[in-house]
Amino acid sequence: MTKRQKKFMLIALGLAIVASATALVLNAFQSNLVFFFTPTQVFAGEAPKARAFRIGGMVKADSLVQVGMTHEFVVTDNEREVRVTFTGLLPDLFKEGKGVVAQGELDSSGRFVASQVLAKHDENYMPPEAQHAMDAAAQRRASQSVKP
Amino acid sequence: MLVELGHFALMLALMVALIQGVLPLLGTLGAARLPWIPLSLRWGWLHMARASTFLQWALVSFAFFALEWAFLHNDFSVAYVVQHSNSLLPRPYQFAALWGGHEGSLLLWVFLLGFWSSAVAFFSRSLPLSMVARVLGVMGLISFGFLCFILTTSDPFVRVFPPAMEGRDLNPLLQDPGLVIHPPMLYMGYVGMSVAFAFAIAALLAGRLDAAWARWSRPWTVIAWTFLSLGIGLGSWWAYYELGWGGWWFWDPVENASLMPWLVGTALIHSLMVTEKRGTFKAWTVLLAIAAFSLSLLGTFLVRSGVLTSVHAFASDPARGIFILVFLALVVGSSLTLFAWRAPQVGEGGFVNLVSRETFLLTNSILMCVATLAVLLGTLYPLVIDALGQGKLSVGPPYFNLVFAPIMVPLIFIMVPGSLLRWREAKIADILPYLWVPGLGAAVVSAGLCFWMGSWSWGVLGGFWLGAWVALAGVQQMVLRLKRPGRIGGSFWGMQLAHLGLAIVVMGVTGVKSFEVERDVRMGIGDEVQIQAYTFRLLGMQDVKGPNYEAVRARVQVLKNGQEVKTMLPEKRRYYSSAMPMTEAAIDSGVLQDLYVSLGDALQGDTPQWSMRVYYKPFVPWLWAGVLVMVLGGFLAALDRRYRMGYATESQGEGGETAAASLTPHATRA
Repeated sequence: MTKRQKKFMLIALGLAIVASATALVLNAFQSNLVFFFTPTQVFAGEAPKARAFRIGGMVKADSLVQVGMTHEFVVTDNEREVRVTFTGLLPDLFKEGKGVVAQGELDSSGRFVASQVLAKHDENYMPPEAQHAMDAAAQRRASQSVKP
Repeated sequence: MLVELGHFALMLALMVALIQGVLPLLGTLGAARLPWIPLSLRWGWLHMARASTFLQWALVSFAFFALEWAFLHNDFSVAYVVQHSNSLLPRPYQFAALWGGHEGSLLLWVFLLGFWSSAVAFFSRSLPLSMVARVLGVMGLISFGFLCFILTTSDPFVRVFPPAMEGRDLNPLLQDPGLVIHPPMLYMGYVGMSVAFAFAIAALLAGRLDAAWARWSRPWTVIAWTFLSLGIGLGSWWAYYELGWGGWWFWDPVENASLMPWLVGTALIHSLMVTEKRGTFKAWTVLLAIAAFSLSLLGTFLVRSGVLTSVHAFASDPARGIFILVFLALVVGSSLTLFAWRAPQVGEGGFVNLVSRETFLLTNSILMCVATLAVLLGTLYPLVIDALGQGKLSVGPPYFNLVFAPIMVPLIFIMVPGSLLRWREAKIADILPYLWVPGLGAAVVSAGLCFWMGSWSWGVLGGFWLGAWVALAGVQQMVLRLKRPGRIGGSFWGMQLAHLGLAIVVMGVTGVKSFEVERDVRMGIGDEVQIQAYTFRLLGMQDVKGPNYEAVRARVQVLKNGQEVKTMLPEKRRYYSSAMPMTEAAIDSGVLQDLYVSLGDALQGDTPQWSMRVYYKPFVPWLWAGVLVMVLGGFLAALDRRYRMGYATESQGEGGETAAASLTPHATRA
């Protein structure tokens, strides 16, 4: 093999690796993006039905009910609410009246079955998405109240 | 008063860093560039490099210790101390609380940067002065940037008036030996990448890059890589036992931020090998060095800007994020511009044969970079989408697992032939005897492990085989090398141990992911739960008191095949300073597995019951052991004698012979 051919082979090898890796990455990417929805969006039907997504907001006060190992609570953005159910140990920082982000799917009755409830490291820390949900709802209310 | 002095010292350090960053670099410009500056002055500037470096570090150290003084003496007139400490906090944590928050951790960063700069200044006697001046100059500029950042947006010395009566206490999650050691080790790694970066920039500025340059850069890069490995390992271990959920890697953006420089750093070390030995891949090596440090800075940005939802993220204000973003853009932009301008001058690559050690090392580089890009995509994509206002989304662990593993598999596979092949030109046939023995042995080992664990799948078999393949090949190489006479350099042991360590980690990962069992159960007094051969029985609960907390503690008896083996004591603590409860998991570590019990909440009902999480985690100790072996290998490689002997031994180097060359007596060494 000539030097030139060897060089070609090297470049081809490199490109092959990169190309296959790219295909792999993009494929995995598409199916693993998890979108975030506010309770208002979930109520409006914008959230996907058969796919995992995240929901965030504030845990409604006095809504936490524990049935055995299953916890049920309500997530709100002060405009709409979504019932959530989660089986397992809740993180230490989970509290009524504080921010929460949960990942899971909607079941047929419109209840959100969480597979994961996210914890933060600070009791006063509101996850940015939850904050965003609350802010968006507050903005909507403010703009509505201004209309004549 | 001492706090004010410390604050002032920091400001002085800023000025000295400016001097350190500018004058030596100006001094390296030849008479043609700066004709109006006399030679004696330029010569003086060159010599200022070391002095200003030491002085800058001394000033930063003073500031650092002034802040420590405030912590250890409970000076609650300093806002930062109030936010992160408490008079009841045990001493070691009061010391470590300095880096428990944003401002202090940046001070730690700058302190360690000064340490690395001083180390380079001290150990560079055999380097030409112009090179030293450039390296220290670049590091000085980086110090300047960070000191600016600290003094303008993140000042730990800000006073609060009137002084608080008591501090708000260190976050209970951080009150742990892990806090004392993980950040300093991790930062040593992060900051250490700046040395490789400085060397690369120095080479570009000089317009010259030779094998000697690679030989100077290499030990520094290896030490930085070693600390980074240790830091990542410690972080993983700490998350494992501290967060209470038994996970050790979450593909959290902050974890990714530390993994990416590590991946590129590994590629860099291997690329430096080729540049040193064969004088090729020069431009690529420089680019990797720039990339490694840029990723370090990017990691800093990710953690501190407040854009992340993460267990780690410091809740922070936008001004800081913007500063770092601008700083990052400046550093990356200017270094890449310099690269584009000077690389043609610097990188005159030689030719590389298809079957040779160089090709395998190049493949290593490519695969590492592809993996880094894949992780980077997953980490940054949510941020970009959010910044564009297209919604909020996250990229979960399944993506990273799906993508990372297939890229790593070929990489780990080629570790064995890569370490055996000769430089320049080789034949696979030469090394076949050293391939089929470990290959076969690995098959036996992996089958044996699956048999012992009780189940198998192709994925598990493959994972075990891969790790055992590297491990057995390494053992074979070490044994054969020991049989030959002659000194064995640190480089050889370093390579073998680092590869062996990774192999152990691979087997650990395969084992844990495939065979771990997790059960969430509710238990009353006397209840039992069984996992594999172990039975966990809840004996009772008691209230205990700690120095700054009170807790509910469970007594869990562990029986193996009916015999009592251990008592585990998981706790749920409530710290006085905050209403936050904290789970303190009980872990029993053996050689081959961990048993993990985590206490949940008390459940309402007629009989008192508690929710508990019980784990059987086989092979987890192998993760930590593997990392430690890698770290040991890294230190041995960096301490190889030929680096310490300096310039003179360039042609008489002994440590870096190929394993194959030493195994086959008739083969000639390239």
